[in-house]
Amino acid sequence: MSGQNEFFDEMHVGDGSIRDAYRDYHKWYSSKSAAFLKRKHRDAETSFRRTGITFNVYGESEAEERLIPFDMVPRIIDAGEWRRLSRGIEQRVRALNAFLHDLYHRQEIIRAGRVPQRLLRDNPAWLRNMVGFTPPGGIYTHIVGIDLVRTGPDEFYVLEDNARTPSGVSYMLENRETMMAMFPELFMHVPVETVSNYPRRLAKSLAACAPPATKGKPVVAVLTPGMYNSAYFEHAFLADQMGAELVEGSDLRVINGRVAMRTTRGYQPIDVIYRRVDDEFLDPLSFNPDSVLGVPGIMDVYRAGGITIANAPGTGVSDDKAIYSFMPEIVEFYTGEKPLLPNVETWRCADEDSCRYVLDNLAELVVKEVHGSGGYGMLIGPAATKAELAEFRKKLEAHPENYIAQPTLSLSTCPIFTEKGLAPRHVDLRPFVLVSPDTIDITPGGLTRVAMKKGSLVVNSSQGGGTKDTWVLKD
Amino acid sequence: MLGRTANALFWMFRYLERIENTARMIDAGMRMALTRDVVASEEEWRSVIAAAGLRESYDARHATCTGLQAWNFMLRDKDNPASVLAMFAQVRENARQSRNAVTGELWEAVNDSWIQIKKLLARPVSEQRVGEAVSMIRQAGTLVHGAIVGTMLRNEGFYFARAGTYIERADNVARILDIKYFLLLPSLTYVGSSLDTGQWDTILRSVSGDRAYRWLNAGQIDAKRIVEFLVLDTRFPRSLAFSHGALREHLAALARIHGNECKANELMREADTRLSKIGIDDVFDRGLHEFLVEFTKMNTAIGLAIAEEYRFHA
Repeated sequence: MSGQNEFFDEMHVGDGSIRDAYRDYHKWYSSKSAAFLKRKHRDAETSFRRTGITFNVYGESEAEERLIPFDMVPRIIDAGEWRRLSRGIEQRVRALNAFLHDLYHRQEIIRAGRVPQRLLRDNPAWLRNMVGFTPPGGIYTHIVGIDLVRTGPDEFYVLEDNARTPSGVSYMLENRETMMAMFPELFMHVPVETVSNYPRRLAKSLAACAPPATKGKPVVAVLTPGMYNSAYFEHAFLADQMGAELVEGSDLRVINGRVAMRTTRGYQPIDVIYRRVDDEFLDPLSFNPDSVLGVPGIMDVYRAGGITIANAPGTGVSDDKAIYSFMPEIVEFYTGEKPLLPNVETWRCADEDSCRYVLDNLAELVVKEVHGSGGYGMLIGPAATKAELAEFRKKLEAHPENYIAQPTLSLSTCPIFTEKGLAPRHVDLRPFVLVSPDTIDITPGGLTRVAMKKGSLVVNSSQGGGTKDTWVLKD
Repeated sequence: MLGRTANALFWMFRYLERIENTARMIDAGMRMALTRDVVASEEEWRSVIAAAGLRESYDARHATCTGLQAWNFMLRDKDNPASVLAMFAQVRENARQSRNAVTGELWEAVNDSWIQIKKLLARPVSEQRVGEAVSMIRQAGTLVHGAIVGTMLRNEGFYFARAGTYIERADNVARILDIKYFLLLPSLTYVGSSLDTGQWDTILRSVSGDRAYRWLNAGQIDAKRIVEFLVLDTRFPRSLAFSHGALREHLAALARIHGNECKANELMREADTRLSKIGIDDVFDRGLHEFLVEFTKMNTAIGLAIAEEYRFHA
């Protein structure tokens, strides 16, 4: 570790000393033998494979379930830093919900000329069925993941908002479980905020959004597309931890104005459904008629107050990459405050001038599809070959409105464990936020994703990224 | 509990039972074949394939039937949907389906076993490895049963799983007995003389009943006693009577939990009355084959009644 590292290192300062947040951890780490650490490193993988924490990768039929690499060196955030981040996250989530309510009602922000009408008109995530309807409790995005990146001591940016169905929370939980099982003594020495009550907090938050038709204690269910979905493990895990049923479309039916699940005792109504099925597949009567993953008629029940759908249909309109570039304006419009967490500078290729700039500087920029996710279909200029650049240029010229571009960020690095010792790798952070009518509840920490390849800036699990346990230190 | 989850638990344990029985049949077949010449040994493996209910699918693919061919077909052939490998994949899929209805230990027992069995059966199983393979498969079964009995709450999920075990066991044992008996039929006419003791020994081994039978009968191989043991002895955990006794208990527990009896309980009572009233002579008078066909039919009807009552399907 030396001053030659051009990126902000989460653990080490340029002169080789250790940052405060990592001091206790590093002391512990340094006291361990290389053999001990190597053995633990291998144990971790075995433990993940045994508990079956896997994800499926689309397009890989043979190895249908893969492990997300786990790195045993935690990413550590001190209490003060976390408080600052929390304030920024809370502000952003408040703005997202207000924005969604406005979009599906009076559209003040468009009338005020702060967001162009075309963004709605051209947005496939925009749902007419939601116009004029207010979901129970007025909440649109109940579970939010805000992707943050860091470039310097006090420089955090929001890279992306995940307002429709953020995933990864099960890794946050299992990473902690694994760390506690492998290094119990570490948690006795270092005061770390707990994350393991997340499922309970999620259940409570969802129950607080129950619809008017609820009688007694709200019945919560998790709707999964099924066991071949890439995040099935997470769906099962969350349902299990919440004590909720894990249902599929084929288990559900609309009966007497309620959505009901087929149990061994007959059909029983559900009050709140935490769906992990995309809007398009939710209701074959309202959306994709070929969908077998959803429930025919659920939208009618929803609009009549018979069920709460979390997150609300049509929420995706707030988190695509074209809207992202307007987030500073959106935050200001609804909160009356300057954004506490800045956006990454973004060029909208739909604007002619921006597009020209992007084309002129393609080799230095990161270009993303407006509606893409998971790291698919993006270009990382500095890492691309000449041929890749040329090919992407053609796509960009053909459909500039489908793309945005951002500078290649100097993402901070955090050491990972390798057979040769600690080595810096780029990281990001996805904190998870629960929204109910009374509270915005942010779990301390979140999921740290790490690019396992040296020099790589892509942290997505579908592209070989790994994860780390994330610690927020207690005061 | 969701009907789909109940279905997954039920079938998870049906498949597991069938897997264990397949492994036992291979084990018994090996023992038998070792004592035979080549021609007789082929016959023996054919009867193993038949007892496992795989004759048609096997014959469609193979003309000859060596041990190597037979056990590889039963253990891992891609064209055999009832291979141990394919069925264990089903066990695991069903466990994944019902993941939040089973304990962590049960899931780990299934997943651990699956990882090992997949590795074990990744390549053809040679003569040197078949013994190890069979014993590992049986151990996997023991491990999973231990995990469910030792860790699972006695809720409806537990009873669906156990019902799956016993309904499948009753079915498999009846089938093994029927097919083997059919093959042995000629020798039965020689009452009290030159019985093919080796064949009868195979039947006992196929259901892990050789030790128990010897304890009870001081090593006397007697066709009638063996059939009595496998059909009516309520002390032997793989007999038809024991399996149905256990099934009845588990279905009664489900009825208690749900607060009402259903058609499955009714059929169960009927089957039980029949079995408890009958003596071994009645079985032979009526014809063992006819008896077993009737038994299997009833067993299937109980299975269908369970699926219907507890809404396994939409």
